[in-house]
Amino acid sequence: MDYQRDEAVLKEQLIQAFEDSSKNGLPFKSVREKYIRQFNADGFPTVKDEEWKYTNLLPLTKKDYAFENTEGSINKEQLEKFILTDTESYFLVFVNGILSNELSTITEGAFVVGSLKHNNHQDILEKYWNSCLPQKSDALVAINTALAQEGAFVYVPKNMVVDKPIQVIYASTNVQQDLFLQTRALIVAEENAQVQITERHQNFDNSFVFTNAVTEIVADTNAIVDFYKIQNNTLNCSLIDNTWVKQAKTSNCTIDTFSFGGKFTRNNLSFCLTGKHAESNMNSITLIGKDQLVDHHTFVDHSVPNCNSNELYKGIFDANAKGIFNGKVMVRPDAQKTNAFQANNNLLMTDDASIDTKPQLEIYADDVACSHGCTIGQLDEGALFYLRSRGIAKKEAQAMLMYAFANDVLENIKIPELKNKLNRIIAKKIGVKLDIEL
Amino acid sequence: MLSIKNLKAGVEENQILKGINLEVKPGEVHAIMGPNGSGKSTLSSVIAGREDYEVEGGSISFEGDDILELDPEQRAHKGIFLSFQYPIEIPGVSVSNFIKTSLNESRKAQGLESMPAGDLLKMMREKMELLEIKKGYLSRSLNQGFSGGEKKRNEVFQMAMLEPKLAILDETDSGLDIDALRIVANGVNKLRSEDNATIVITHYQRLLDYIIPDFVHVLYDGRIVKSGTKELAHELEKKGYDWIIKETKQC
Repeated sequence: MDYQRDEAVLKEQLIQAFEDSSKNGLPFKSVREKYIRQFNADGFPTVKDEEWKYTNLLPLTKKDYAFENTEGSINKEQLEKFILTDTESYFLVFVNGILSNELSTITEGAFVVGSLKHNNHQDILEKYWNSCLPQKSDALVAINTALAQEGAFVYVPKNMVVDKPIQVIYASTNVQQDLFLQTRALIVAEENAQVQITERHQNFDNSFVFTNAVTEIVADTNAIVDFYKIQNNTLNCSLIDNTWVKQAKTSNCTIDTFSFGGKFTRNNLSFCLTGKHAESNMNSITLIGKDQLVDHHTFVDHSVPNCNSNELYKGIFDANAKGIFNGKVMVRPDAQKTNAFQANNNLLMTDDASIDTKPQLEIYADDVACSHGCTIGQLDEGALFYLRSRGIAKKEAQAMLMYAFANDVLENIKIPELKNKLNRIIAKKIGVKLDIEL
Repeated sequence: MLSIKNLKAGVEENQILKGINLEVKPGEVHAIMGPNGSGKSTLSSVIAGREDYEVEGGSISFEGDDILELDPEQRAHKGIFLSFQYPIEIPGVSVSNFIKTSLNESRKAQGLESMPAGDLLKMMREKMELLEIKKGYLSRSLNQGFSGGEKKRNEVFQMAMLEPKLAILDETDSGLDIDALRIVANGVNKLRSEDNATIVITHYQRLLDYIIPDFVHVLYDGRIVKSGTKELAHELEKKGYDWIIKETKQC
């Protein structure tokens, strides 16, 4: 079989897949058709597109994929390694894109923790599905909107607080052919509602899975949404993760992204603040090594006054790892009294590792407090000497400093077990057994 | 214990130490004084093994072994401790975890088992009492948000925990108020024994009222230009360094 196909072939195949799936896909056929037409017209982005300048999609788009969600199963024991086991939770587990009833805890009572495809809430879907996306979207978002059939659906009505975190796992296993998977999630927190969600994409058989995910998050007045993305997949897997958040007044939304695994990861994270006194928080640690790429694109759109956005992205790049950070903050003319802070700090551990970082502030209001800062550096020699002079070997001393560098990003995580687990993953990734109680 | 012979070291083209000779025996306290830029901190860094400095000549031996080729951590394992003028902040790593790691790394290098947690805690409590350190301190992030005085006290606390054979105190008195100075000096004095030695690096004679040195050396322009007993420190306090510099230039 010829794996080195031209990306035009993939485009044709995707359009064909849309035709084939139109019967059993989600409703909203006319909207989905609009998006596939848009994709048909625009095609895949190339490195000539400003937004994709440093990230070449070609290695992913030249492959021959299966698109259909196929049967596969994993058991509880397999799953345990990748979930929080000591935190009482609701679970949504999808295997090869299909909801696993056995591993999930579907709830359709006072609030909904369920599947986008199978639920009794078409009215809510009608109201919110595709409501966070812009009219004209990126090719990958268009593909997802046209083709995605399944994913997490969380609906928290007015004044409801979900009592336990929701753990969402998109698993893949027993994959016969390289898989191009579309996952779609919709999270709605109505007025005064609160919810915490963790999300992982996890492959179980070392096959090649390329996931193109879209998550829409609606935070209505005074709602609180905390969403934690744990990106620690096997090195054969690639992910394009598109997250669109729409926030009403006095809402508070936090999206934390922890990127450790995967071969190719592109995060597009976008906040649209539509009501006064809303607050958006983004925290992220990227810790990658040989042959890995992680690209973070963030966008915060301040269109109304008195909102806050805080963005802290840290990266540690080893071997020939490649990082990209592009953080755009738009402060529109009406958005007076905006507070927007952005920081991107990076450590390059070798001469072959690289990071392209680009903060972008566009400010059209005159009474605002905005700041941004990027740093790229190596570990501080003086600090290394301090630790080594205390008898700590060079490698451990480096690990301790990397840990210290990344640590403050974890500070505000509200699920204690998640914080501990991330600490352990970081310690393990750094590759040194620290004599530290994490 | 420590024998430095004709030590020359510097950074790139710039020679800072221009032939240092120093003999330190167990049980002794040596004070090294000198004006700014004379090479005091360079000397302490070179003894502890900082790689930024290039040793161009001479030798340093510790208990008979040449240590110039050793890494900083190996020197620490042999029992050399440097108290830093500017200790580094390490967020997210607590004082207790740091000391535990440090202590057990040294024990490991000496072929010993890790210290049992109970013993370690008991030892920490004793040393905290010695240095009048408050509870809650152990769980704070190392040096983060510490005042100047707390940082220095933390250095001496680490020294107390690691029980080095040779302790080098680099400007440990700077940034300390008189009470903190007394506490820190008291701690250092209590740790003195016939088997260990201390090198005190300082600008001022003040610290030497509390830590009484056996020998005082004046470092100027990368050389030890005068050595004497504690009376030399008093003389320096009264007359400054100028007379020694003049004396040196006449030679």
